[in-house]
Amino acid sequence: MGKKSKKTQTKKSLRRRIAAGWQVYVLLLVPLIYLFVFSYIPMGGLVLAFKKYTIADGIWGSAWVGLENFITFFSSYKFPIVLKNTLVLAIYALLVGFPIPILFALLLNAFPRKRYAKVVQSVTYIPHFISTVVMVGIIMQILNSRTGIYGNLFMFFTGQTPEDILSKGNLFKHIFVWSGIWQSTGYNAIIYMAALSSVDQSLHEAACIDGATRFQRLLYVDWPCIRPTAVIMLILAAGGIMNVSFEKALLMQNDLNIAYSEVISTYVYKVGLQKGIGDFSLSTAIGMFNSVINFILLVIVNAISKRLTNDSIF
Amino acid sequence: MKKNRKKTGSSDLLFYSITGVIITAFFLIVLYPVIFVIAASFSSGDAVTAGKVFLWPVEFSLDGYKTVFNNTQVLTGFQNSCLYMLVGTTINVVLTMCAAYALTRVELPGINKIMFLFTFTMFFSGGIIPNYILVRNLHMMNTMWAMVLPGAINAYNLIIARTFIQSNIPRELREAAEMDGCGDIKFFLKIVLPLSGAVIAVLVLFYGVANWNSYFNAMLYLNDKEKYSLPIVLKQILISSQIDPSTVTDPELQMQIARIANVIKYALIVVAMLPIALIYPFIQKYFVKGVMIGSIKG
Repeated sequence: MGKKSKKTQTKKSLRRRIAAGWQVYVLLLVPLIYLFVFSYIPMGGLVLAFKKYTIADGIWGSAWVGLENFITFFSSYKFPIVLKNTLVLAIYALLVGFPIPILFALLLNAFPRKRYAKVVQSVTYIPHFISTVVMVGIIMQILNSRTGIYGNLFMFFTGQTPEDILSKGNLFKHIFVWSGIWQSTGYNAIIYMAALSSVDQSLHEAACIDGATRFQRLLYVDWPCIRPTAVIMLILAAGGIMNVSFEKALLMQNDLNIAYSEVISTYVYKVGLQKGIGDFSLSTAIGMFNSVINFILLVIVNAISKRLTNDSIF
Repeated sequence: MKKNRKKTGSSDLLFYSITGVIITAFFLIVLYPVIFVIAASFSSGDAVTAGKVFLWPVEFSLDGYKTVFNNTQVLTGFQNSCLYMLVGTTINVVLTMCAAYALTRVELPGINKIMFLFTFTMFFSGGIIPNYILVRNLHMMNTMWAMVLPGAINAYNLIIARTFIQSNIPRELREAAEMDGCGDIKFFLKIVLPLSGAVIAVLVLFYGVANWNSYFNAMLYLNDKEKYSLPIVLKQILISSQIDPSTVTDPELQMQIARIANVIKYALIVVAMLPIALIYPFIQKYFVKGVMIGSIKG
């Protein structure tokens, strides 16, 4: 009896609370419709991975095939190749791309000429705004062995035309990763610069009195202060590890480097949408495999970091 | 004491020199390709092909730019991209601000759950094919809507806007307004929006650049040449090296295209980077602020 009345009471107050805030829900209406249509309906579309899609039957009418699409992918000769390429590019990019912005920010922050440091910082994050298409265009022009910077400088110093590095498949990963460093180090350093600017100055003063050099202060004052930020960035990066910059890989691909540049996400696109093939179900299954691995990695890294350092994102 | 300071001084001097060398080297590495591209874009076709360009234009010429600005492909793409960016960014900012304010009202039932639904999209999504089928079923193929509606709210930008409102507009202000009979919509329009100039600038920047640079959606959803956005045209010319001679109206330039192909590419790269280079100085301070707000609650 008492329980029931309490329940109706909370129900009533819930209704009253919703009514009191009705205008908030009005503001949320369009965003929610958007979220449902453009994010959650496609997630529902993932059932395709377990079906054999035909245009006539649509997503819901097509026949269930269980794990057939996944088995097709895992047993195809492409599977080990694209998985290996994805992991090589992703891990390489993480190993180089994670520490460099931190080092850059620490050094820039320690540099005594603040105005010069400011100019360097402003200039180095401009490349972040260059679109992928233009970026790949720049890479191809500049690394051209006859007319680019690479060709010109090689010719200038040795008097010979160098070999064409763009057509060497095994060099693809280096070009891919280091051009990414060129483009995003400045941008990725911003977050660490921000964290460094909030370091308590009295810590530095105290360290100075104890006779610490600037380098020691960098190691024992600056770095511990930005470590939590670094951990969070590492978690996010690890969670997105299978998201090798898809557009860039696709745009940099050519017949000569395809054995090294085909990653899971570009393969998803080719299986599903490139002319003449169009296996929607298989493509969805491969894409889903990618997302699930990503999600699992995110959860694992997050849990490890929570254990070790108490820094986590959820 | 004195001795001690002297010792620190010399050791610091070495450290500062090394630091200066490293950051200057990186500065030059970032800057040099940009300078090279600009120099090459103002050089003659022969000078570029012969590899004579290093730091400044050799045999100064504007042929590259003439070709680019006489090319109907590029002009159509430029116009379309402007349209998609304007419409898209407007939708992005309006929806994001509405949702961001509403999601600060966490004391209302369901708001936290809705926030989770938005955040979840940062980590998991349907992928290429389900999105493609959706756009096709909504009959948005080959229309501007395919460019501006998917991705209308980016969860990361939503978090930035929400965090900004939470930390800059005190709760008491809303409670006082409520006392005076001011509803949430009115409060949002009259108080929140006018006080959110900085974060709106950040959103305009982030969404604007993303819309301007968007390539993959354009490639998937647009198949009519008249609708192509600039990145598609750039891809054809820069990467596939296809320039359709019939789209160059000046007959003299048509003859030269093969000779100045590289210069055209350099000029095109400069033109494509120009809009951002022009607005960059004005938005720079907002941009850093935006990244910082976003980092508070990643």
